[in-house]
Order: sequence, then C-alpha cells, then structure tokens
Amino acid sequence: MASRMLDLVAALGHRLNEKLIRLGFATRFFFMLLVYSGQSFTRLHLTIREIYFSGVLSLLIILVSGLFVGLVLGLQGYETLQRYGSSDALGVLVALSLTRELGPVVAGLLFASRAGSSVTAEIGLMKATEQLTAMDMMAVNPIARVVAPRFWGGVIAMPLLAAMFSAMGVFGGYLIGVVFIGVDEGAFWSQMQSSVDFREDIVNGVIKSFVFGVAVSLIAVFEGYDSAPTAEGVSRAITRTVVTSALAILALDFVLTSFMFRGV
Amino acid sequence: MPDHDSLVRIKDLSFSYDERPVLDGINMEIPRGKVVAIMGGSGCGKTTLLRLIGGQLKPTRGDVLVDGRAVNRMGHEELYALRRRMGMLFQFGALFTDISVFENVAYQMREHTDLPEELIRDLTLLKLNAVGLRGAHARMPGELSGGQARRVALARSIALDPMLMMYDEPFTGLDPISLGVIGQLIRKLNDALGATSIMVTHDIHESLQIVDYIYFMSAGRVVAQGTPDEIRASTDPFVHQFVNAEADGPVPFHYPAPPYGEELLRGAAHG
Repeated sequence: MASRMLDLVAALGHRLNEKLIRLGFATRFFFMLLVYSGQSFTRLHLTIREIYFSGVLSLLIILVSGLFVGLVLGLQGYETLQRYGSSDALGVLVALSLTRELGPVVAGLLFASRAGSSVTAEIGLMKATEQLTAMDMMAVNPIARVVAPRFWGGVIAMPLLAAMFSAMGVFGGYLIGVVFIGVDEGAFWSQMQSSVDFREDIVNGVIKSFVFGVAVSLIAVFEGYDSAPTAEGVSRAITRTVVTSALAILALDFVLTSFMFRGV
Repeated sequence: MPDHDSLVRIKDLSFSYDERPVLDGINMEIPRGKVVAIMGGSGCGKTTLLRLIGGQLKPTRGDVLVDGRAVNRMGHEELYALRRRMGMLFQFGALFTDISVFENVAYQMREHTDLPEELIRDLTLLKLNAVGLRGAHARMPGELSGGQARRVALARSIALDPMLMMYDEPFTGLDPISLGVIGQLIRKLNDALGATSIMVTHDIHESLQIVDYIYFMSAGRVVAQGTPDEIRASTDPFVHQFVNAEADGPVPFHYPAPPYGEELLRGAAHG
C-alpha cells in the first residue's frame, strides 16, 4: 500500500517535472523569438504576408460571428431592459458588452481556432517534412524567418479583428433594436456615445485583445515548433493550440478585467 | 584513408541520444574533391553522423573538423558562416512547399547575397538546367514527382556552389531511371563544382559505381572501409553480407529479444 502511494507521488512528480521543463522551454523559446524578431520588421513583407493569412482570411468568420452575437445581444438586451422600462439603454448595453468583453474574448476564441490552428499546422508540417531543418542547414534561422513573422502577424491582426467584431456586433444590435423592434434611434446612438468611455472601455478592450493576440500567437507558434514530427504529433499540437488558447484567453480575461475595472 | 588533405576529419566521435549510444568512437577522413559513401543498415547511425558534420547535433565526445575547424565548438554565427559553404540534400527533398521551384532554388541567393534580380534569375535557371528541370521552374513542389523533387532539391543545395555536399539517402524511393540520374548528377556536380561529397546511403550497387571510397558502419562503429574495388573483393563477413544482401550474418535478422521458446512458455503461463 505504502509503495503504491509512493509510486503515485513519484508519477505525479514526474508529470509535474515534465510540465515545468516544457514551460521552461516555452519561455526560452519566447525570448529567442523576441531576439530574432528584427527581420519581421526590416523585411516587412514577411510579416504583412502573415497578417494577410491570419487576419484578412479570418475576416469572414469574425464579421459573421460578430453580426450574430450583436443580433442576439439586441434581442436579449431588449427583452431584459424593457421590463424596467429602459429599452433606450439598449445601445449602451450592446456597445459595452462588446467592447469590454465579448469583442476581445469571442474574437480571440475564433482567432485561435481559425488562425492559431492553421499556424500550428503549418509550422508543424514544415518541421515534419524537414523544411525547418533544411532552412537551418542553409544558414537561415527558422525562428527569425518562419516563427517570428507568424507571431507578429497574429499579434497585429488580433486587435484589428476584435475591433471589427465589436463594430459588427454594434451594427447587429442596431439592426435588431432599432430597425426591427423600433427602439428610438436617437436614444440608441446618443446614450451609447455618452456612456461609452474611450479610455475605460475602448482602450481597455484593445489592451485585452492585444494580450490575447500575444497569448494565442505564442501558443500557436510554440505548439507547431515543438510538435512531434509525425502526423499524430501535428494533430495533437493543433488540438493543444485550440484548447490551451481558449483556456488562456478566459483566464487572462478574468485577470485583466479584475485589474481594469476594480475601481468601478 | 591515408590522405593529408582532408576537408572533413572525424576524430574519435561518439554520440548518445538519451543515454543510448548511437555512435561510438568513429574515425573518418573525407579527402577534398572526392565522393565518399557512408553505408550501413537502417538505424546504424549514418544520418546522425551527417547531422553531426552539419553541426545540428553536438557530439558527446570527439571532434568533427571541417576545413580544419571543429564544427562542434563553433558559435552560432561561425556555424552559419560555415553552413553557407555546405549544401545538404535531404532524404525527401524538404522543398519549401509554399513557394515555386524557381523560388526554392533562388532562396539562398535571396537570403545571403545582394545579387541583382536578373543575375539571380540567370543563376537559378543555370542550376535548374544542370538537373534537367529548367522547364519546370514555374511549377509548385507539390506538382513534381519524387525524382523530380529530389533533383530540384539538389539544384537548391548547390545554389551557392558549396565546398561540401552532404546527401542523406539520395536514392530512397526512386525508380531505376531517376536513381541512375541522381547518381550521375552527384558525381558530375561534385567534379564540376570542385566540391567534396559525403553520401549516406544503403544502396550499395549504385554507390559502387560513383564513389571514390566507402565506409561501412554497423551499430555506431566503422566496421569496414575501402575503395569500390577493394569492397567488391572483400572477404569481410559484414561487407559480404551487405553486398550480397543476405538476411542473416554479422548483422542479425532479429531485434534483440529473449529466446523465443522462453517467451512462448511465459505467454502460456500467463494465459
């Protein structure tokens, strides 16, 4: 009995040890990435290409999802607000929900599954087919040439996507609230304008989406770079990217929110 | 090989992977201008040896000297400077699948030189012409056959006229015609570029026709060596087994295991 307990503790310790080593490797990888980021900006076309792949190609899913989230917010918000006779505040509710929370978080989750997964798959497959090794043998640093531009492309694309998600959501709320239900248009926009604070709401939302962009992009490039060079290894890495990114976004959202709005 | 002008000199080289020894006390000399084959069964450590020469792995003991300098003691910058003078052909080509054949071959010129675009174009087409695929320059790697992809990869690896070429299993998975073409190209390019070539392979018959010297490896050691004529005439049991493709001999057919009878009885006891 005692020896089985001991085995259990040893197994637990072994797993913890493995996780710590991986975390250490990820941290070192992040520093290497920063050190070799120069090319991403001196040869800007490398990064622009990745902004196109991560950002522009994610636009459709971001805009459509933003619209539907806005439509639902409009319906649910109106239903609740009119009980208290304050359906004029619908614009405020929709705008604050989106800029503070739903925009960054939902856009982040969509970004992780649309762009993050494909970055992991691409880097993982490049590794599995020895393209990264070949590059290294040609004296071209794969972190500088492949990893860093994808990371910065994601970091730049993510806040823009979140902003467009929020804008589309506000439009969705307007469509349901004003066009279909008949909330007063003037009240919808003017209350939104007076209640949404640029620094408190918009900038904080942008900060969140930037942090999520860093987290998702880092997880995506790291999982791809660290994947086992087999079909199974790459598929596992993609799964890990989506799962870890989702958890990271939600956990970071809580931490950021508690810092940002503690005075409220 | 008694030659004092060696481009690559391997001294008492050992390498372990996770405490499992892969190479054990290897000594080799690769003379300038020659094509040398390193042969042995799958898993004998030949590819690992190639990676040690390229500086991708660090040995646990011993040195790899390329052009008189120890690769395993080089810093990042120095290693990259050396690698610009090395070319490597990977087993399955390792072409960049997101860019065209032309861009693959031009890749190193764009990364490492400031050559004007017209010159890059001429040089790239020259390299592609040397492997017979100038007409395929606009294709994507995915549209090529295995043999063609290998030839494009060969053109890419000679893009900067390397002093040392390394080939990792260049003949694997090729039809007899492509195989012959690659073999001839390896020899001709080596002589035309004045390069030195190291070829890791298990294709004995193709190699005997094109190389100058052969090292045989087994279980992480050099077990035999000689010129193609010496190898053909060899009475060494390992070389004999390899050249005649016999299933059993010094290289055992079976993976190490307890006696079969014992294992069957143990299964019966459990059942």
